[in-house]
Amino acid sequence: MQRLWNEFIESFRIAITQIRANKMRSILTALGVIIGIVAVTLMGTAIKGIDTGFNNSLAMLGDDVLYVQKWPWGGVEDWWNYANRPPIRPEAADKLNAIIEQTPNSLLEVAVPVGGSGAPIKSGDNKVNGVQIFGTTADYGRLITADFSEGRLFNETEAAGGRPVCVLGYDVADALFQGQSPLDRSVVIAGHPFTVIGVIAKQGSFLGLFSFDNQAIVPLEAFRRYAGVRRGVEVRVKIKDKTRLIDAKEELIGAMRRVRGQLPGERDNFSVNETEAFKAQLDPIKQGIAMAGLFITGLSLFVGAIGIMNITFVSVKERTKEIGTRKALGARRRSILLQFLIEAVSICMIGGVVGLLLTYGLVFGVGKAFPAMPVEFSVGLVFISMGVSVATGIASGFVPAWGASRLDPVVALRYE
Amino acid sequence: MSSSSATTSAVPAVPRPYRPPGPVVIEIENVTKLYKMGEEIVHALRGVGLTVRRNEYLAVMGPSGSGKSTMMNMLGCLDTPTTGKYHFTGKDVSSMTDDELADIRNREIGFVFQTFNLLPRSTTLANVELPLIYAGLSPHARRERAIKALHDVGLGERMSHKPNELSGGQRQRVAIARALVNNPSIILADEPTGNLDSKTGEEIMQLLEELYEQGNTIIVVTHEEDIARHARRIVRLRDGLIESDVRQE
Repeated sequence: MQRLWNEFIESFRIAITQIRANKMRSILTALGVIIGIVAVTLMGTAIKGIDTGFNNSLAMLGDDVLYVQKWPWGGVEDWWNYANRPPIRPEAADKLNAIIEQTPNSLLEVAVPVGGSGAPIKSGDNKVNGVQIFGTTADYGRLITADFSEGRLFNETEAAGGRPVCVLGYDVADALFQGQSPLDRSVVIAGHPFTVIGVIAKQGSFLGLFSFDNQAIVPLEAFRRYAGVRRGVEVRVKIKDKTRLIDAKEELIGAMRRVRGQLPGERDNFSVNETEAFKAQLDPIKQGIAMAGLFITGLSLFVGAIGIMNITFVSVKERTKEIGTRKALGARRRSILLQFLIEAVSICMIGGVVGLLLTYGLVFGVGKAFPAMPVEFSVGLVFISMGVSVATGIASGFVPAWGASRLDPVVALRYE
Repeated sequence: MSSSSATTSAVPAVPRPYRPPGPVVIEIENVTKLYKMGEEIVHALRGVGLTVRRNEYLAVMGPSGSGKSTMMNMLGCLDTPTTGKYHFTGKDVSSMTDDELADIRNREIGFVFQTFNLLPRSTTLANVELPLIYAGLSPHARRERAIKALHDVGLGERMSHKPNELSGGQRQRVAIARALVNNPSIILADEPTGNLDSKTGEEIMQLLEELYEQGNTIIVVTHEEDIARHARRIVRLRDGLIESDVRQE
């Protein structure tokens, strides 16, 4: 044990001496590892950032809201079993609310019908295409987490009367009125005039796919007039306690079956969706992106590893006579193997530390320059990248070190 | 190559101290060694027998191609015979694994090379400590023994110097200190003065003489008569066979 420990310490001492003696060569070799580690750790940071961004986006949707819809989220294989489901009528929301009121200790708070379609919005000469229009009731205000930057949501009277009033998303308001207050101004949604009564504060986008700020909210009755709800709406149901999501979902399914008058044993002819399930759907995709990203950046680390292997081969060749001498003085195979392996690992670890510092600097810089970018530097990353460095050193140093350990001392001593 | 009579006449008239040899250290029986050089098979040793006792001072001589180097590699446990038996302090070396041979070399054999073979970037002290690292000694014990060995070869003042700051003679002294540091059974010197001028070479031979008088077993492999003259026994090789084995007291 003492012997192995001695050899370990001696190997580190030799490694440091060698690296210092061949500074340029060591720096260049380490550079390959540095680039590899920077690429891999940046990728790791990006993946973690995507994850965080994803969770933030889901929170924007509201993690205490259940969605009663015709289709389940995520793909289904037996689509024909779903296609014939009846559409969700806005009236279902009223019936659900009635049931919620009758149920003592209900886990559900309120059901809100939401119809949606895309439409252009005009104001004077300005026009925004493809705005997401939502038709809903005044209860919508209880669902959303966003604040109003100006004005308010329509009240129950306005909603019930189907008054032509609307609330604009931040980007829509900005595009139409360029910094002026849109309140009480008139806009034309799909050919129908509406009066702006509120603007929702900037929210950002969902996974960068669609913007929460590119929307307009109108009373459901008004929405019905120009878009129609023949193809159905969705009913969003806010729950009281998100830690009891599963129970709430059970209750909602039961209530919805009552609304639909479904018999026991009959399959649900609607779906209750939730962001958690959405997350589970998207996780494999996220993992796929992560794997592909890590594979591609891993290639640069692989190139760095080849550099290490090459330099270790050179080092073994150059010091063949030294290997012979050490063997003559009693170095076992293990000792020589350890010596060159530790040399390779040391260069990799230097590369790893420098790479990590660079990554830290980059992440810090990006975080300062673009606060919206979800980048994150974690302690786990430090351990992972150091582990990867050591593993790279072992993997790339092993073949040359093994060769060195198998050298015949007679041949090695004679080598000039 | 001068004849053995010339060598005998070169032995100084002053009686040299002679120490009676002790128990057998090396016992070689009918050893052969074959090498494949491309298509050709080279018979480096063709059946050699040799017994070396503790506290002998032996010179192995021979022209190039005589099997001298092969003999040295064999004696130093760097190589194993193709056929025949080699016992080192009673242990059968011929059937040992590489690592067992490494341990034998570490504990029992102190090598002195023609080209010194010091580690260029290590200090004198670190160079002398090297065999003790492989022996598994604690840093403290290593240092103590290395310092003592350096004092023994008269280099107590040069411990923190690197090899390139030392003269050739000093380098070879460091190498001898390294050979001595683990108290080996034999000191095996391969042309120890080959890279030194004659005056420095003579000093090194003087040092070996002292070590012999202190009770060490020394084997010198050389092709120089002047060097071999210092030994108490000369073994001459020719064409892979022992030509003569002469004691000179």
